Amino acid sequence: MLLDTAYNIGTPEGVELRLPVAGLAPRSLAWLLDALIKFLSLAVISIILEILGDLGTGIYLLLVFVLLWFYNVLFEVFNHGTTPGKHALGLRVMNTNGTPVGWSGSLIRNLIRFIDVLPGCYAFGCAAVLLSRQFQRLGDLAAGTIVVYAPKQTARGKHGDASPVPLKAHLSLDEQQAIVSFGERASLLNTERAEELAAILEPVLEGVDRQKLIGHANWLIGERKAP
Amino acid sequence: MRQEAFESRHAPTWTTFEEWIDALSKPRFPQRSNTESLETISKNFPAMYRQICHHLALARTRRYSIGLQQRLNQLALDGHQHLYRTRTPFFRSIGHFLARDFPAAFRQQWRFMLTSTLLFYLPALIMALAVVFQPEIIFSLLDPGSVSTMEEMYDPANDVPGRERGSDSDFQMFGYYIYNNISVGFRTFAGGLLFGLGSLFFLIFNGLYFGAVSAHLSIAGFTETFWSFVSGHSSFELTAITIFGGVGLMIGYGALAPGRMTRWQSIRSRATSGLPLIYGGTLMLVAAAFVEAFWSSTAWPPASFKYTVGAFLWVVHGLYFFLLGRNEP
Repeated sequence: MLLDTAYNIGTPEGVELRLPVAGLAPRSLAWLLDALIKFLSLAVISIILEILGDLGTGIYLLLVFVLLWFYNVLFEVFNHGTTPGKHALGLRVMNTNGTPVGWSGSLIRNLIRFIDVLPGCYAFGCAAVLLSRQFQRLGDLAAGTIVVYAPKQTARGKHGDASPVPLKAHLSLDEQQAIVSFGERASLLNTERAEELAAILEPVLEGVDRQKLIGHANWLIGERKAP
Repeated sequence: MRQEAFESRHAPTWTTFEEWIDALSKPRFPQRSNTESLETISKNFPAMYRQICHHLALARTRRYSIGLQQRLNQLALDGHQHLYRTRTPFFRSIGHFLARDFPAAFRQQWRFMLTSTLLFYLPALIMALAVVFQPEIIFSLLDPGSVSTMEEMYDPANDVPGRERGSDSDFQMFGYYIYNNISVGFRTFAGGLLFGLGSLFFLIFNGLYFGAVSAHLSIAGFTETFWSFVSGHSSFELTAITIFGGVGLMIGYGALAPGRMTRWQSIRSRATSGLPLIYGGTLMLVAAAFVEAFWSSTAWPPASFKYTVGAFLWVVHGLYFFLLGRNEP
């Protein structure tokens, strides 16, 4: 597709793996969530440490240091490339060659964050995300990492109650996608309009109607008749 | 081949592969009880992965349904992640790192280390001389308020030199030094990305500041309290800052003169080769914070003893970076 954010990883086995890279908006939201988590945890901890006096202040400053520089590093290395904020938005950091991000990549991308923040409000980072091909901020570019949507583990739900109908014709990916989106939107259309749309396919798929087309859509997303 | 036939023939393979992926990624450290099954997995994993890749390629060219293509893409991606991941240990072992990797990396990048050392100490020297001959010059760098705070801190009338505090707040200062000094170090490194300008700025500015303050306090007659306080941790702290600055200059130089690589490739490779120095510099700043909080502030040792310890640590640093890690092939 022309306007697609898919990032292709060439493997030694000769197939390309496809991953959608994440743009500015979801990444900003993930950052905001993480900032909130850091802020709230520091607030709670500071109340507890208040009891300890000067010792508490020392521990507090150590925690500020760790959260400021290593919150992202530790989560990315030990939690499959996701911080809590990224996890909430379904994002994940990985190396540009598709392997999980490790100590070196994560550390570099998070130290360079200091430059991304400049000259205020992440201006450099935002500009880099908008201008680079894979939506990378400067830290990502220096570390060789990308932020992608973590692939969804659960398959998309079945559309309606139409039982899956196998497709006999070999359709291109775009054509299949059109049928699947028809299945997704069928419930939003009134029945007459849906029938009308389905009828357009009459020359290609003989005897097609609304119910059958939703069936095809279900079959395309991997639903099978119960044995 | 029809999709149904393809699916029913290969579904068992895919399910097994999915189970293997689960087994490999779910428990962080595999339990001893299923080591045998892990062994069979690792033996057959590559072959199975290649098969999955083959199926994915077939599914694409034969235009099988999106659902199937997505499932196979996912399987291949998971397999790819497990097969090609490099588990770079944080430190192979901390002893090995300190005894060999760190000083060796320092010497390997000696040009940048030397440059950043000069960029720090020359401004410091010039500023110190300037303050000695023209004491007002310090106000071009610090405002009168911070100068007088600085004077109060090292006034011999205080019982605890360094910072105003009771004896129980050493740990508080430790936290502060860690937070402040290591953040400065990290910024000095990261600033190198701006074609080296950020590192240049932090090195020169900190040099000027250090020169101005030490000269001012010396001529103000606080020589003993000031120098006996800083002598202990100076070797760790100043060397670490010049190391961070040097790595920053390294990536800045990589951006300016990438040679046969693209600019970002050049920055990436230099940042990666600078990582041991970042790790080492961080450890040195932790050590510096420890010494500063728990040794430099102690009041009982006579100044001469503190000077001796400080000088000894400088010699140790010189020998460490010059001698260690040389017998590496």
